[in-house]
Amino acid sequence: MKKISFQTLFILALSLITMFSVVSCEKKTTQKLKIGAVFSVTGGASFLGDPEKKTAEMLVEQVNKAGGINGVQVELIVMDTEGDATKTNLAVKKLMTQDKVLAVVGPSTSGNSIAVIPLAEETMTPLVSCAASYKIVNNPDTNKPYKWVFKTPQSDSMAVEAIFTHLQSKKINKIAILSDTSGFGASGRAELQRLAKDYNMSIVADETYGPKDTDMTPQLTKIKKLNPQAIVNWSIGPTQVTVVRNWKDLKMDGIKFYQSHGFGSLKNVELAAGAAEGVYLPLGSVAIADILPENHPQKTVTRQYVNDYNAKYNEPLSSFGGHAHDALKMVFAAIGKAGADKAKIRDELEKISGFVGQHGIFNMSADDHNGLDKTAFNMLVVKDGKWAFAD
Amino acid sequence: MFHITIKSRIVFIAIVLICPWIFYLIPAVSHYLDILIFAGIYCLITIGLSLLMGYAGQISLGHAAFFGIGAYISGILTTKYGLNPWVCILIALFVSGFIAYCIGVPTLKLHGHYLAMGTLAFGIITFIIFNEEITYTGGPDGMGNIKELQLLGFPIDTNMKYYYLVWLTVVLALLFSVNLIQSRVGRALRAIHTSEVAASSMGVNVAGYKIQIFVFSAILASISGSFYAHYIKFLNPTSFDLFFSIKLLIMIVMGGMRSIWGAIIGAVIIAFLSFEWLGAFHEFETLAYGAILLLVTIFLPDGLVSLPGKFSEQINKYLSKIKA
Amino acid sequence: MDSAFFFTYFLQFVISGITIGSIYAMVAVGFNIIYNVTEIINFAQGEFVMLGGLIMVIFYNKLDLPILIAFLMTVIVVAMIGLLIDQIVIKSIKQPTVLTLIIGTIATSILLKGAAMFIWGKNPYDLPAFSGREAINFFGAVIQPQALWVIGILVVVVGLLSFFFEKSIIGKAMRACSDNQDAALLVGISVKRMILLSFALSAAIGAVAGVIVTPIALMEYDRGAMLAVKGFAALILGGLGSFPGAVIGGLLLGLIEALVAGYISSGYKDAFALAVLLILLFVRPHGILGNPTVAKFKKF
Repeated sequence: MKKISFQTLFILALSLITMFSVVSCEKKTTQKLKIGAVFSVTGGASFLGDPEKKTAEMLVEQVNKAGGINGVQVELIVMDTEGDATKTNLAVKKLMTQDKVLAVVGPSTSGNSIAVIPLAEETMTPLVSCAASYKIVNNPDTNKPYKWVFKTPQSDSMAVEAIFTHLQSKKINKIAILSDTSGFGASGRAELQRLAKDYNMSIVADETYGPKDTDMTPQLTKIKKLNPQAIVNWSIGPTQVTVVRNWKDLKMDGIKFYQSHGFGSLKNVELAAGAAEGVYLPLGSVAIADILPENHPQKTVTRQYVNDYNAKYNEPLSSFGGHAHDALKMVFAAIGKAGADKAKIRDELEKISGFVGQHGIFNMSADDHNGLDKTAFNMLVVKDGKWAFAD
Repeated sequence: MFHITIKSRIVFIAIVLICPWIFYLIPAVSHYLDILIFAGIYCLITIGLSLLMGYAGQISLGHAAFFGIGAYISGILTTKYGLNPWVCILIALFVSGFIAYCIGVPTLKLHGHYLAMGTLAFGIITFIIFNEEITYTGGPDGMGNIKELQLLGFPIDTNMKYYYLVWLTVVLALLFSVNLIQSRVGRALRAIHTSEVAASSMGVNVAGYKIQIFVFSAILASISGSFYAHYIKFLNPTSFDLFFSIKLLIMIVMGGMRSIWGAIIGAVIIAFLSFEWLGAFHEFETLAYGAILLLVTIFLPDGLVSLPGKFSEQINKYLSKIKA
Repeated sequence: MDSAFFFTYFLQFVISGITIGSIYAMVAVGFNIIYNVTEIINFAQGEFVMLGGLIMVIFYNKLDLPILIAFLMTVIVVAMIGLLIDQIVIKSIKQPTVLTLIIGTIATSILLKGAAMFIWGKNPYDLPAFSGREAINFFGAVIQPQALWVIGILVVVVGLLSFFFEKSIIGKAMRACSDNQDAALLVGISVKRMILLSFALSAAIGAVAGVIVTPIALMEYDRGAMLAVKGFAALILGGLGSFPGAVIGGLLLGLIEALVAGYISSGYKDAFALAVLLILLFVRPHGILGNPTVAKFKKF
């Protein structure tokens, strides 16, 4: 009996694996409307992707219960990018070429979104990103948006402008900026630096820290020495809470403190254990659904979303989920009008006007694939552990 | 130890050449080609690491750094300075090699956990530099718009072409490494692995060989990084963090440290796990990696490469029993 | 007047550095206990800290147990997890080379992190400070009462451990194992039990560190890896195998980070600290207080 060699076994194994994969990949073709979603559900940007995924799944469930779009059920294919550009690339490629989805919602982060713009353009599939950078909807060569790419979040620049406008109203022009070295923090820092001149802001200190650091007193101590009138902090995760605590500890609350919209969850206020009183921040309407006046155009939509989300997931809302809400709802609307035709869906997306979303009222156009302006942010202040409109 | 016969090398090359066509023709798995490209990119790193760890008995917990150096140098020089990508790949590998030499000379004098820490520190420092030097690397937001490669005027723009580019390089690296192992250098490495003191008393230039292998593995990682940059056309520091260095370790351990085949098998399997099989699992993925790594470490310390051997051993035992 | 400001700011950085350094020191001590008895570096050490903080959250915040009982139970639970790791992971590895053990413990840390993500989710958690949050004025700088607890508990832990290893029988038995396992076996010491104990003790110390640092820095499921790296660096800096080395290494690392963040560049503080470590290793391959002979013979 011939000895079975290692090579033979290897080839055998390889063929078995191939056959197994082929078999397991047989997808039944159904008559559903396929929408792809790529979010950073795990990894460093999970604060974005997790609520976005939950929101997306909730919305698809709701729309299917109501009979689908024009009677046809929706199938949502969610893929986790873990915040990794490589995975995002492969996931989007698979969704667009293999699964042949009608549109893709996401990715969650700016870096990953920019990385997949070429894919959307090549495969001519509409992509509605849930990330903030203006570069996503601006082709630097033509200064116009990419044809197939849209985004729903307000740009970081709008948040910065809201903050700067407020600072100006308080006659403040000497500020210090603090940011973490994550993509979120770095992006905010870049915008703060870029827009400072337009608002006559002089930045006397520019300190950074790591996203997992536990103590920012060195950075704050440095800032204290330079006596700014206000501090603007741009970070996400536990550091935003730690930095506020440090600010209180160092008795620096004479210097006004501004957070980014990343702070916009009451959970953060709670974790700050009282140190967040008096802190300012810009936030989309979705987070303040409760305190919006009754006649506010976004009142109904935001209240509905907040209630549904709380009821289904039993956890406080994160404003970031709202980006996925807006993206998906717009895609639904576009499909409703255009049917299962990617090019027509894209056209319908571009025609959206007066769409009341969680983060603002959207008016898309051929020159503007974001559809928002700086009024999409409200300036808030923390009062008695809750949000209040800042004066 | 798996003797790498000429026959097995030929079989391997044949598989490399034919594989993509199989996947290409079956629509359900045509995206496997993409995954294989990444697998190939990983292979280039793991082959070098396998020589370093499996044969020379050293450890590197920071190899993602060289991968990143190759990627960023290629990316920065081609986008910001418009240099020819192939020239940049060469520059990148020289720089990587040089850095590896500078770091290697003092670090490889360390042993055991001190060496592990040294390479770990190097990896983290490099990652921090990628993150901080925003003007060059784009920082945490990353840098994009990296041009694709061209070979003699023909753009390498389809997956199929990129696959061949990467995997033919893998084959070359493999053949080179195999020759290395079966040469004087290989024997010297194995001697060093067994006992540095004994080897040195036999006249083996221990320090010299260790550094050579370290530099070689850094060069391979750098080439791999350059290919990665030109394929995905977008770089982000998180692709070169500590966890990637650990993933490389997982690939080698899972495949089998004592064999170059192990490096390849490990890279391919982890590539498939990352991008295909665990795709449905999201939150499970971290758990799955930990569990897989743990199980392999406990039950299959010689890696998956040893599996067919053990398997065929069992089958042959069984067959000979029947015969009897 | 300027020199007073200078002093105040310097002091502030020092306080910050010593506080975080104490945590690194505790992680380093935890590493060292296991290392001394088994020569294994348990990369899951950082996860013990994470688990300490998060499990305390369950006992104290969720189940409302009185603080001392919650603390004790947390430490016991984490110590048991340490035991399990020894029994399930370490014992099962058939060819315990340094490399396989490093990888095995890394795998364990990944598993623990994954499990923590399931149980506690990805959000950070808080614990109330032991004696309030009113910052104390100290020569112009401010210090959180919790930071004093951290430093204080480090001193207590180091003191207890020194007493344990010097004066108690079990402690001496553990030291015997680390000096010469065969000799220890010969005089009737159950090496297996000592190893078990070392894991439990190490985990317990990690848990203590987690509980006391969470009120300052919050705690989430993925904090472990960074702490493990820093703690390991601290131990290497101080010298593998040396307790005073672990403490000095931890404090030094924390100080360097804080001073670099304060005076040079906050973004590069970790890089600086690690660079200092590298340079030290090149000059003094066995760390500040480590054993030179040991450093030369380590094999994989």
